[in-house]
Amino acid sequence: MNSGMGSMPVGDVIPEIVLLVGTVVVLLFALSAPRRVQWWSSVIAIVTIGATSAVTVKLMSAGSIPQRLTFFDTYAIDGAALWAKQIILAASAIVVVLSVDWFRSDQRHGEYYAIVLMSALGAIMMAGAADLMELTLAVLLSSATSSVLIAYHRQSRRAGEAAIKYYLLGALSNGLMVYGIVLLFGLAATTTYAGLATALRTAHSLPLIAGVALTIVGLAFKIGAVPVHAWMPDVSEGAPAPVSAFVTTLPKIGALIALARLMAIMPEATSGWRPVVALLAALTMTIGNVAALWQENIRRLLGWSAVSQTGYGMMAVVALNRSDLAAPSLLYFLVAYTLGNLAAFGVVIQLRGEARITHYHGLAQKHPVLAGAVVVSFLSFVGIPPLAGFAAKVALFGASIDAGYAWLAILAIVNTVISLAYYARIIGHMYFSDPSGEDSSGSLAIMGWAPNACVLICSLAIVAVGIAAEPLFASFRAALLLP
Amino acid sequence: MLTAAIFVPLAGAIVMLMLPASRERMLRAIAAAFASVPLVISAIAWQRFQGGAPGTSGFEQIESAGWIPTLGANYLVGIDGISLPLVVLTALLFLASIIYPVDYRGRIKSYFALFLFLESVSLGVFLALDLLLFYVFWDLSLVGMYFLIGAWGHGEEARRAALKFFLYTLAGSLAMLLAILVLYLHSGPSTGQRTFDMIQLIATRPLDGPGLSATLAFVGFGVAFAIKTPLVPFHTWLPPAHVDAPAPVSTILAGVLLKMGTYGFVRIMLSMMPLTFQRFAFPLAVLAVVSIVYGALVALAQDNLKRRIAYTSVNHMGYVVLGVAAAGALSAGNEQARVLALTGATVEMVAHGLITGALFLITGSIWRRAATYELAEFGGLASKTPALTLLATVAAFASLGLPGLAGFVAEFQIFVGAFAVYPWLAAIGLIGIIVTAALFLKLLQRVFLGDLPARWSAWTELGRVELVSLTVLIVLVIFVGVAPATLLAVIEAGVRPLLGVR
Repeated sequence: MNSGMGSMPVGDVIPEIVLLVGTVVVLLFALSAPRRVQWWSSVIAIVTIGATSAVTVKLMSAGSIPQRLTFFDTYAIDGAALWAKQIILAASAIVVVLSVDWFRSDQRHGEYYAIVLMSALGAIMMAGAADLMELTLAVLLSSATSSVLIAYHRQSRRAGEAAIKYYLLGALSNGLMVYGIVLLFGLAATTTYAGLATALRTAHSLPLIAGVALTIVGLAFKIGAVPVHAWMPDVSEGAPAPVSAFVTTLPKIGALIALARLMAIMPEATSGWRPVVALLAALTMTIGNVAALWQENIRRLLGWSAVSQTGYGMMAVVALNRSDLAAPSLLYFLVAYTLGNLAAFGVVIQLRGEARITHYHGLAQKHPVLAGAVVVSFLSFVGIPPLAGFAAKVALFGASIDAGYAWLAILAIVNTVISLAYYARIIGHMYFSDPSGEDSSGSLAIMGWAPNACVLICSLAIVAVGIAAEPLFASFRAALLLP
Repeated sequence: MLTAAIFVPLAGAIVMLMLPASRERMLRAIAAAFASVPLVISAIAWQRFQGGAPGTSGFEQIESAGWIPTLGANYLVGIDGISLPLVVLTALLFLASIIYPVDYRGRIKSYFALFLFLESVSLGVFLALDLLLFYVFWDLSLVGMYFLIGAWGHGEEARRAALKFFLYTLAGSLAMLLAILVLYLHSGPSTGQRTFDMIQLIATRPLDGPGLSATLAFVGFGVAFAIKTPLVPFHTWLPPAHVDAPAPVSTILAGVLLKMGTYGFVRIMLSMMPLTFQRFAFPLAVLAVVSIVYGALVALAQDNLKRRIAYTSVNHMGYVVLGVAAAGALSAGNEQARVLALTGATVEMVAHGLITGALFLITGSIWRRAATYELAEFGGLASKTPALTLLATVAAFASLGLPGLAGFVAEFQIFVGAFAVYPWLAAIGLIGIIVTAALFLKLLQRVFLGDLPARWSAWTELGRVELVSLTVLIVLVIFVGVAPATLLAVIEAGVRPLLGVR
């Protein structure tokens, strides 16, 4: 069919290979290095991420952005996959920097960075997978490594509980997904998306619906969507804070693109995927927002807010093949969400994981930069211009209306108003409360310069990406989803 | 040049944050200097204003730059006869409010920075000629106002008032965003050809007339602007926001932010969807009359000085919307009446800004000396503060529509226009004027006449800054009332092309 047919062009997966080799180097180093230089693993990890990003750039700039399948049509090299790689790599780099101070006291934290890189590889593979087996592999790689990361504080009961919840829910939904994939394979006698796209056209509707629905459940787990979203707040609160930042962000980038890629090839009339995804999007944003209203813990609140953001992101999937805004809005949303989430969790990390609401009383007077970053991040989540989240919502809502789903856009607007209530509550505590009370921000110790720098970079990027949205939209416009 | 009017205050906000906090007088002087730049620029813009030659769009002094061309959104600013007076009003009210003394609560730098930020985005709303840019400035005005009310408002209640304000008006602006997107999606077949350009949308009217999409968009805009204006029953956010905000902030809220709602009715709904507007003109006029009468009656029942003035805003903005609705009504042969109604509505926006702006500043002076707004606690202040009494009396008379003052010019035109289109509604609306007269006379009597309670025997006269700010506003109220021709010429130059009347 194309250059990938019948051969294994190793050049197409150079980024993945570089990342994998780097992971192995980090692991070997961590196993052999003495305790006091364990943190060097983070440096190697950053170098690996930088190198992976550089070879990805090379892949992107070879003429125009490539649009093709490779490795016997199982892996996509297209705008969406390449941009997702870059977003995932940038996010991983930020998480690594956020982690250094946090894990410094852990005696064997070198291998932590190896698992982070491996998990990032899982997310990258999800974004590129154009084959059901490949997708399964990617999802499992991401899930298994995430479980380990969540439980990384071996002594913490909270972390253990979160990890168990994550693992069990993951095992259930991944199992269902595999079952769904088997059904799809049975119907089409092939696992490549290119093959499925033609073979499923004549498939019987009932098993097709079951197969699609079960597969959606597996990906819904990774993005934190209803009905398998419940791990989000627990992991957000219980896991080591840098891991919370990681697990609520990176797998979502890969899995949302994977969901889009898979849905785009499904025959619409017989599989009925569009209304199903629309319904899940509606439930996800509503449940996430309503649950977040009652949270007294910022980390739980961020977990629920991450659920609701997933709901907005799914609007882009709903609009696939119907609106030319769908793919650009999805990628731009992922950029905006990633920056916002990392800025918010960066603040939590900088405050050493303290997350009771009273800890934020008067934060604006004690730590104006941190408070400012929370405001920028939260208002970006709300969609206040000119922050990144605004352009994301404009594109998402526009795509949704364009696709004939005005009701979903209206629901998203109602949800946005609800979300302002809890975001503004925190902002009010930071700006209009006194920092002198017991347990208030006045009593907090901070982590170090590295998280502070990350927070600053992310929040400035939210403003910059929001105002200068043109280059991104211009690039993403060409980012078609294969096949 | 207009771009500088938007961004110089923004630069000032950043400068403010970098200055030392100890020198209060210096900070105030610098803030005033930054705030006066837009006033100078808008005065120059007024000088250069051509008045829309025939066959042109009516917009001039346009400045543009690329922003998100892929989505058809650009930086595009300019003025016409309707926005120019509002820009001048905004610049003037901000200068008057920013220098007005208030309790800074030890956060003087952020107070001035937020005030300048709010000025920048408020000017942006009236100058923007791109819908997405308009929305950006519109939403940012909410953020600025939220922080000003929350941090410098009176007491614990202020936080709740600020949140209520933010939630309500954000709901409105998101409804507008939806409407903007529907309009945008109809402006072309695919992303590359669609546009947010307001001049183009006014010229081509891609979404006008009956139909589900047009109705949806119209209702979205309608809800957004009705909340902002506010029209009954969307007004409930306004009284707490006004009462709990510091006085200069109330001045901006009433004088500038409410105008954004009525400006939106004219600039977007009436200009871009006139055929849809015709279908909804009557219900809109009914809502306007309800606001007029309800606002006046509720104001009459208030014992709180500031709450009473706040409700008169509901009443006055009802006049504006009545004028707009009459101008947009389907009525062949009534061209002159429609021009009159819309001109009156625009004059009323300016007049209400000046008058109510002054009234709220006056409440600020009273609060600084008394720390209460309860009418029952006042009396006989005329003997202690003749200057305040004089200024408040002129402002109150202007607000109740006394001939020779700005309010009369506006209300006369609105009612003459409205009588030709909706005689019965206009007649009912007149009740509002009578009630307003009563409530203001009672208010003046209560505060300034009668016996002076002993606790106010040490009442101090207005300071210099207060005196200058108020006097400038009141002089303009008289000037517009006595010699309205200058203002009317500019406004009509915007109104005639809008209504397609020559």
